[in-house]
Amino acid sequence: AAPGSGPGLGHGSGPPATERVLFPPTFSVSEIKNKQRRHFMFLRWKQQQRKEKLALKKKRRKEREALGDKAPPKAIPKTIENQRVYDETTVDPNDEEVAFDEATDEFAPYFNRQTVPKILITTSDRPRGRTVRFCEQLATVIPNSHVYYRRGLALKRIIPQCIARDFTDLIVINEDRKIPNGLVLSHLPDGPTAHFRMSSVRLRKEIKRKGKEPTEHAPEVILNNFTTRLGHSIGRMFAALFPHDPQFIGRQVATFHNQRDYIFFRFHRYIFKSEKKVGIQELGPRFTLKLRSLQKGTFDSKFGEYEWIHKRREMDTSRRKFHL
Amino acid sequence: SPQVVWSVLGNRQFCSYKMSTKTQNFCRNEYNLTGLCNRSSCPLANSQYATVREEKGRCYLYMKVIERAAFPRRLWERVLLSKNYEKALEEIDENLIYWPRFLRHKCKQRFTKITQYLIRIRKLTLKRQRKLVPLRRKIERRENRREEKALIAAQLDNAIEKELLERLKQDTYGDIYNFPIHAFDKALQQQEAESESDSDAEREEDDDEDVDRREFVEAEESELSDFEDMDKLETSSEGEQEEVEKKASHSKWKGKAPLKGPARRKRPYIEIEYEEETEPSSTTKAA
Repeated sequence: AAPGSGPGLGHGSGPPATERVLFPPTFSVSEIKNKQRRHFMFLRWKQQQRKEKLALKKKRRKEREALGDKAPPKAIPKTIENQRVYDETTVDPNDEEVAFDEATDEFAPYFNRQTVPKILITTSDRPRGRTVRFCEQLATVIPNSHVYYRRGLALKRIIPQCIARDFTDLIVINEDRKIPNGLVLSHLPDGPTAHFRMSSVRLRKEIKRKGKEPTEHAPEVILNNFTTRLGHSIGRMFAALFPHDPQFIGRQVATFHNQRDYIFFRFHRYIFKSEKKVGIQELGPRFTLKLRSLQKGTFDSKFGEYEWIHKRREMDTSRRKFHL
Repeated sequence: SPQVVWSVLGNRQFCSYKMSTKTQNFCRNEYNLTGLCNRSSCPLANSQYATVREEKGRCYLYMKVIERAAFPRRLWERVLLSKNYEKALEEIDENLIYWPRFLRHKCKQRFTKITQYLIRIRKLTLKRQRKLVPLRRKIERRENRREEKALIAAQLDNAIEKELLERLKQDTYGDIYNFPIHAFDKALQQQEAESESDSDAEREEDDDEDVDRREFVEAEESELSDFEDMDKLETSSEGEQEEVEKKASHSKWKGKAPLKGPARRKRPYIEIEYEEETEPSSTTKAA
């Protein structure tokens, strides 16, 4: 008989589980040609594995308890964040060079409180309803921002006009097939331009359990996990959108959280229930961004000097390597 | 002969160039002058025919005469028309001299239309072009999957709450929030950290009076608490401690005097002051 058919032939549920069948050692469940029987053998094998695993766990726990205090510490599970390839541009908090750079870069006027942020939000040509509504909501989230429709105007011509009218930042939301899918954030007086891919855009009405409208108070800003030099500059770009002094009375907070190169934006209202507990309630739109390129000057796709471009072939090879 | 051709193709039997719609018949032949399927505009059914066609921005006049009907390769004679509109019209006229009026007229009309659309093309290319970037399905799927996993790993709510509590502890909010227990803890720590010495004035408020101790309370804005060297010109202990990596952030009390709480008391003493609730009454429901 062919190996693996076992003593009992047939298509029934197979021989009872208690019988002992000796298979040749190089046998694997997938060699059985009969599907039902194969399935049955596989399930049996799986049960066995589970039992063994459970037994192993119990044994280990017993050993742990037996050792008591002398037990070795629990192993830390490996996560992607743990295993992240060390990036040499990670900013050390005490780095003076970084501090000096940041004191003299394009955002220095903002951080020295010489400029007040004034944002212009616009879209690509012919925006559809969703994008328009998203722009409006974004304008309520970012104080001192204005939405203007782009009626076929070239960006290169808009930018000098914006600079003349004292705008500090320009946001262009690109749209494709009626959903916003890209964001270009440009710091105006000659500042860096970042191009993001935007995904998972949720308007206010699509957010569950949301609160009322965001008020006019200046929100606080939380920037999480921007570790490398590149991340730092992006983080400063985001910080420069909001007024320097948040109004704590408003109790609103805008969060840019970077996780594995995805930047999640959320807008919440918080309340401190006690000193150890805080409740947050999400208002406002939410979206995620992924950086595609960072350019030194203002928006210029042809002749601009790129500080960083996402090159798929080189940068997507390792799953543990992140750039922000 | 052309009449036979027309009676076969045009009227009765099948012509592969003919496209018929409800109201009209069109002709898809590339040498057709008007685009309609008519006795006078069918290039197959007329032994003497002319068209204007453009190639790569230049217009040519194509002519077919009966003498070359036996040589399909040499059937269509091609004449390059000048770029100048009026001159080209004259060229059409002189090439199609003694030809039927209909053909001459229609050729000129077609040439006019062609030049007009060429002008439009040139104008449009100067304006902004929309660049279509193809999506790569595999990559899109991969990125979406990674985004979901990153979202789960991020634990955003927890992260935000932690950060807010950190900021509360770091006193960025100043005197807005009064939590007595908080202050009591700090008072205790204060007590243990420092030696007991006399205090001249008993501090009543727990959370106020930050202004003189901490000059940079306003400058230490929330958005920059993750960046150490931004505004803080003095090296402050709290600033250095807040590392940018979220997971590893702890706030440590250094030996430098924690500024809140009653300082220098003889015995553990807590003064609880009840203040008016300054928060707006219309508080929203906390999630």
